[in-house]
Formats: sequence, C-alpha cells, structure tokens
Amino acid sequence: MDQLLIHPDYPRILSTLIFLPLAGALVLLFVKKESFARYWTLGITVLTALLSLVLVSNFDRATDKFQFAEQTMWIKSLNIQYVLGIDGISILLVMLTTFIMPLCVLASWNYIKTRVQPFMICLLIMETAMLGVFMALDFILFYILWEAMLIPMYLMIGIWGGPRRIYASVKFFLYTLAGSVMLLVGIIWLYKTNGGSFFIPDMMWQEYTLTAQVMLFAAFFLAFAIKVPMFPFHTWLPAAHVEAPTAGSVILASVLLKMGTYGFLRFALPITPEATLLLMPYVLWLSIAGIIYGGFTALAQQDMKKLIAYSSVGHMGFVTLGIFVLNVNGIEGAILQMINHGITTGALFLCVGMIYERTHSRELRSATGVGKYMPIYVTFLAFFSLSSFGFPGTNSFVGEFLILAGAFEHSTTLALAAIPGAVLAAAYMLRMLQKIVWGGTDNPDQSWITDLNLREIVILAPLLFFVFWIGLGPQPFLDLIHTSVVALLDQFNSYQGQAIAATELIVH
Amino acid sequence: MQFLPELTLLGASLIFFLVSLTDSSATRVKNIAILLGALVFGATLLSYCQESILFYGAYQVDLFSQIFKTLIAGAMCVVLLFGRDLKGISNKVRPEYYLFMFISVLGLMMLVSSIELMSIFVALELSSFAVYIMVPMRDDSGRFRMQMEAGIKYLLFGVTATGFMLFGMSYIYGLTGSTQLPVVIEKISLLYTQPAAVVAVLMVLAGFFYKLAIFPFHFWVPDVYEGASNETTAFIASVPKLAATAMLIRIVTMINGEGQVIVNVLMVCAVLSMFYGNLSALVQKDIKRMLGFSGIAHAGFVLLGILTMQLTGYANAIYYIIGYVVMNLACFLVICTVSKDGENVLIEDLSGLHQRSPLLALTLGIGLFALAGIPPFVGFMGKFMLLTGALQEGYLLLVILAAINTAIAIFYYLSVVRIAYCSDPEGRDTVIATPLTSVVSVALLLIITIMGVIPQRFLDFATSAVSAML
Repeated sequence: MDQLLIHPDYPRILSTLIFLPLAGALVLLFVKKESFARYWTLGITVLTALLSLVLVSNFDRATDKFQFAEQTMWIKSLNIQYVLGIDGISILLVMLTTFIMPLCVLASWNYIKTRVQPFMICLLIMETAMLGVFMALDFILFYILWEAMLIPMYLMIGIWGGPRRIYASVKFFLYTLAGSVMLLVGIIWLYKTNGGSFFIPDMMWQEYTLTAQVMLFAAFFLAFAIKVPMFPFHTWLPAAHVEAPTAGSVILASVLLKMGTYGFLRFALPITPEATLLLMPYVLWLSIAGIIYGGFTALAQQDMKKLIAYSSVGHMGFVTLGIFVLNVNGIEGAILQMINHGITTGALFLCVGMIYERTHSRELRSATGVGKYMPIYVTFLAFFSLSSFGFPGTNSFVGEFLILAGAFEHSTTLALAAIPGAVLAAAYMLRMLQKIVWGGTDNPDQSWITDLNLREIVILAPLLFFVFWIGLGPQPFLDLIHTSVVALLDQFNSYQGQAIAATELIVH
Repeated sequence: MQFLPELTLLGASLIFFLVSLTDSSATRVKNIAILLGALVFGATLLSYCQESILFYGAYQVDLFSQIFKTLIAGAMCVVLLFGRDLKGISNKVRPEYYLFMFISVLGLMMLVSSIELMSIFVALELSSFAVYIMVPMRDDSGRFRMQMEAGIKYLLFGVTATGFMLFGMSYIYGLTGSTQLPVVIEKISLLYTQPAAVVAVLMVLAGFFYKLAIFPFHFWVPDVYEGASNETTAFIASVPKLAATAMLIRIVTMINGEGQVIVNVLMVCAVLSMFYGNLSALVQKDIKRMLGFSGIAHAGFVLLGILTMQLTGYANAIYYIIGYVVMNLACFLVICTVSKDGENVLIEDLSGLHQRSPLLALTLGIGLFALAGIPPFVGFMGKFMLLTGALQEGYLLLVILAAINTAIAIFYYLSVVRIAYCSDPEGRDTVIATPLTSVVSVALLLIITIMGVIPQRFLDFATSAVSAML
C-alpha cells in the first residue's frame, strides 16, 4: 500500500466530497417546496466545489502516488476495500466535476418545471457517483459507482427529456450496461489471479500472459469505448444528448464521456500494457475514423444539439488518439483535452439550452439571426465555438496542439490523417455560428427574444474564464498532471523492457 | 421449545379451521392472520438458537434450519401484510385460504429440518398440497377460470416431480440401506462411480428443482403465476424458494469430489435456466408472468453458487436467495397494491405509476433494478459474489454466460421501469398505498439497499448457517 499518501491535514476530504451530495439528496427526500430544493441543491454543489479547492491547493505536484488517500476495509470476506485517492490523472477530472455541477443546477433553474425535487436528487446522486468513479482505487467500488450512475442518468433522460426520450434513455442504459458486464468478469479474473485483491494499484504492471492481457483489454475496451464513445460504438450518444435536458447533456458531455478515456488511462494502460502495445494501431485508426466521421456528420446536422453531439465524437477521437500514441505530449494533451472538452462542449450545450428555453426548438433554422437581439449571448457563443475548433488562444488549441505533437512524434501519417478533423471542426462550428448570429434573408422573426439574464451570464462567465485561462496559461494545469503522466509512461516503458528481456532470456 | 414454530403454525391452522366454521367478517380474519403470522415469526425468533435432534433422528434443529425458519416466517409475514386485503380471494373462503397457507408454511419449516428421506417427502408434500389448493381458490367471477388450469398444471407437474423424487429415494435406499441422511451421505460417497448413485441423487434433486423452478422442472411457472391470485403468486414466488434452496444445499452436500457428473448436470441446468428464463421474459406482457420467467433465471444463478460445492458458494447462494426474495416481495407488493380488484396486472397498467403513486413507483423501480443486478443494491452484490465464487473454482465459461444473461435481463426489467417512470398515466387512477403498505415497502427498500451496501454481516450470517449444517 505504499502507493497511497494520506494527507495529514485532510484525512477525510475525499469521502466528504463524495458523501456531501448524497447527504444533500437524502434531505431533499423530505422536502416539499420546489424553490427550497433549487437553492438547497445549488448550495450543496457550490459547497462541494469550494471544498474541492482544498485538493488543488494541497496537491503535491512532485509525486505520482495517490494523494488524500483513505482506506477502510469494506467487505472483509472478499477483501473489498473502500479506498480512495487521486493523482495527476484524476485531479482535474474531479475538479471539473465539482465545478460543472453548480452550473448544471443553475441551468435547470427554470428549465425543469415539473418534479423539481426528484430531478435535483438525481443530480446530486450523479455527482456522488461521478466523483466516486474518479477517486475509487478499489475495482469493485469503481464498478459499483460506474454502474450505479446509470440509474439517475436514465431517469434524467427518461423523465425530463425530449419527445424521443424513452428510446434514447433505454438505448443509453442498454449500451452502457451491456458494455460493462464483461468488465465485471475481467475484474473477477484479475482478483483471482492477483491472489485476492481488488486494490487497483496492485493489479497494475503485473506479468499476465499475453492471451489474458488481450482478453482483458477486449473487456476494458468494450466498456470504455462505449462510454467515450469511440466510433463505431457512438450511436447511443447523439440520441441521449439530443433528448436529455440541458443539465443532463452537460453532465453527459462534460463528465460521463471522460470516464471512458479515464478508464483507458487508469486501467487499460497499466494493467494490460502488452496488449495495449499490440492493439494500439487499431485503436489509433478507430480514433482517426471517429474524428473524421464525427466531423462530417456534424457538418450535416440541422439540430444544434445533434451537431454538438457529433462534434463530441470527433473531439473524443482526439483524446483517444492522444492516449494511445503513448508519449508525454500525447497523454498530457489528452488529459487537458478531456478538461477542455468538458468546459467547451458543456458550455455549448448550455448555450443551446438557453436558445431552447426561448424558442422551444433545437432546430438551427428557428434560431437563425438571433445575433441582432441577443448580443451578449452570441458573444459567448462565438468564443465557445472558436474554442471548440481549437482557435489559438483558447483552451482547445493547447490540447489539440499537444495531441497532434504527440501524434507526429509517433507517426507522421497518423498525424496527417487527423488534420482534416481539425479543419472539419472549423467548418461545422463556423457554419452554426454564422447561422445563429446572422442567418440569411429568410430569418424568422426573432425580435421578441430577450437576451441573457443575470443567471445565465453567471452560468457562462466562469466557463469563458477557463477557456482563456487554459488557452493562454496552461502551465498550472499541466503541472498538476505532468508527474503522474511521466511516471505512467516510465513504468510502461520499463515494463516493456522487462518483457523484452524476459523473452530474450527464454530464447537463449 | 425446539419445535415451537411448528407447533405455533399447527395451532394457527387449527384456529383458522375454527374460524372457517363461524361466519367471521373479512377484517377480523385479516387481523387474526396478521396476528398469528407475527406470533409464528416471534416463535421462530424464540427458538432461534436451539439445537437438537428429534423424532428418532428424522428431524434436526440446528442453526441452519432455524435461520431458514426465521426467514420463511419473515417472508410469510410480509406477504400477509401487503396482501392482507386478499383482493383475489372470495370472502367466503378466506379462513380456509389462510388455513392452507399456514399448513404450507408448516410443511416448509418441517422440510428445512428434515434429515430423513421419508420426512423430507412428507414435509414437501404437505407444503405442496396446501399450495395446490390455494391456487384455484382465486375468485375471478367466472371470467376465464384460468385459476383452475393453473391449479391442475401445478398439481400435475408437482406430482411428476414428486414421482421422480420418490423413485430416486428408492434408489438411494436400495444402494445404502438407510433413509437417514447422515448414514446415506457416508455410504453413498463410496458409490459415485456407479451410475445408479448419480441417477438417484439427480432424481432426488428433481423434487427441489421443481420447487425452485429450475430448468427442466420450470414448466408450471408462467401459467401458475398468471393463474393464481396476486397474493398467492407472491407467496409461491418467495416463501417456498427459501426452503427449496435450503434443501438443495442439503442434498448437494451429499456429493463429493467423485460426483463430478452431477455437478456437470447442475451446470447445464443453471445455464439453461438462465437463458430460458431471460429470453422468455423478454416478450411477456403480464408482469407476473415476466417475474415468473425472471424467477427461473434467478434460480439458475442460485444454482451457480450451489454447484461450486464450497462453503462460500453455499453461503453466497443463501445470501442471493434472501436478496431475491426481498426484491421479489417488493415487486409483488406493488402488483398487489396496483391491482384494484385482484385482477392481473399487465405491464402497461403500470403506466405513469410515478405520478399515480411515487412511493410504489420507487419500490418497483428499485426492486427491478436490484433484480437486474444494478449496484448498489443486493441483486448486484449477490450476483457479484456468485460470479466470484464460480470463477474461483475455475468455471470461466459459466461466469461469462451468466454475465451475458445479466445483460439480456436488464432489457425487460428496464422496460417495466420505463413504463412506470417515463410514460403518462393516460387517465389511470391514482393508487393509494395505505400507511401500513408504505411502511412495509420502505422497510423492503431499506433491506435491499443495506444488504447491498454492507453485505458482510449478512454473509457471515449465511456462512454460519451453512457451517452449522456441514
């Protein structure tokens, strides 16, 4: 257990973060008043966000160990522990989750009109589960939270969603669940092979046979690739995104998708390094396929939410590309891009939601030419769109640049193949922006539309702030992740060295 | 004291016999039933730590049997509580209905204590015959008379299974010269190289396969579930399964390392039960039928634990069946409450339940999610333990097939949740759950969650039960 660092001042901070929203949800069970439910949920999420600042300010940037660790025996007969800890790979995702949640509550303020308390309960339970997934260091704890979050998300889409919500929610649930049942078998196999431990760091860098690694990798890949979602497992995403309420779309885009890529980094690379190396080319080309496919389909969409959903497929393709080129630039870029995608795409979904609240339509046609009447809105939208296709000076530029740099380091052909994706992103985002801001000669009458109110500005402003902060000064963010990424790659390379040495020994 | 629960049940049955002679109001019968049910539960608790051997070695009272008796009594009390209105049973026969229910429970309690083949047989028949009569007691005002068909089917399949069991018992007696299980275990362990011993044990198992509804003795399930009144189905779907699991474990512990053939057969039965149950459940419209098929699949999972032949495997199976009974009762609570006059509930009748009764919708939702094996509920923990146990014994293929089944099963559970949560009531009335029903449903929800989140204590409990028997 030497991989864990217990912080002397904050020994229980992670548990507090996880259970605070859950406790808030329990209180809401007994609340009848809707306005109280809104303020209460906002208060709880803001409090969680503020508490999570402790993590950043006390994070030791020089170590690759799991920090703020907590460890308690949970189910003794199976040696399942309640272990939490965060390292450079997860800290930014935790922060992203805690900071996006208050914005989701604010975005649902007027959007959700019926059954407010259950909705807020779902939001809070989601927060608990999502934070837990990023912090869990016991595979069963991870799996439980990973699966448990399906229920609130399912209900959010299924009850408060759009007209085709039933189809979308069922598809989302079935896809994700079917993908992860084999993960459970893989986990149990690992438990048995490792002498009865579900502790994740114990499972890493072990000498499993290549066949076993390939099987495990397949199980991981199925579960995580569906969550990312990678082409061709992406078909649940547009449906779920389009039908979900704004807050649901934001959570899906900003946090849920990241769990897939986080899973690759946390599990696939350290547990099955040889299989990763073996299957890397296929995953890389699937990523390229996703980038190009997402770009072209986004270009053809008339529904704004669908457009952004398909753009997510492309952006997440960049992230998986960065992860599987297996060098520092690529992985750091990938982690940063996960955060960027969370911020930018989250913001874009919020923007679409704000238009939807006014026009009750997600059609691009019905939103054309609102620039004249909503100047503040289109200013925000413009910056987020620019950020989405990686305009220099915005956050995504840094991420995509690092990923492409990593890709070039790996193979020029591969990097060149990804470039059209970046161009396509500019094409579809600018098309949308142009239509919304100016439109054409046949714009519908938009003069009755009101511009953003204070609440909506408060939602978007922090996201814009981060767009520029990461875009202009990404170093503090990279510092947080650097040590862990370098350590991950070092171990990956030395493992490979060992494996090669071992094969040579056998040969001679 | 050792025989207190059984005596209480016998006394309760006699009281109902007397009640049936008088002209009692429905409320009074109901109250008597709940009171007596509570008494029985109290009696099982009182005799919880008893240990002894009664009736010339035919009847063993130990922790294993007492735990199961407590569980059986508890499950019966829950059924009595939420099914207290007995909407599907005519007013005239209610005392008789309760009489047979208590007799059936008496049979089940005797069953878990029996360690002699003849007493096993008698106890099993006592419990079965009472239920055979409960099924056609449904009052459907002459609509389709499907309760008659269900009753006949239940009886015929039951008698067939019993025939198998008796035949197997005669083999065992022929091979070992004894009907006492301890003696049988000792002698038959040397005989597993002979096909006769394998056939004998498998045939005895058939009787319990029938009770637990394991392939190929599951054929009665859908029609009986559909034909019996909701309360009867709730009873059949939960209480006897506890006893059947206990007896399966008792019989399977007879098998030693040389009985690999039997384990192989159990494996095939487990996999076929899962696939048959889950695939058939996909297309059901009547929720009781759906739960019936899902019960077949769950029985396959229970078998997955038993066939590992390990202490932990048996304990996991017990943990799982307890969890299953609780989850199932939660679903049946909703069915019994939603059904207005005791008619069957179609899945679409649950439309918009979350608006018609939020608590019942939550109960149904959590019950079904738990049955589907979604964490953090007991269904997940149980499945996970069973899979872990089976994989530790090296049954990788079995575990993969079981995992695939989990994925299939989610579809039909989810489709019910979808109806309850994501559709509009379309003019269906609100459902009013009485405070007592609400309390029961909250209690069931708490058990489902607590057993799932902190399973250790329950596992220890199950382990101590099994080790008491071994």
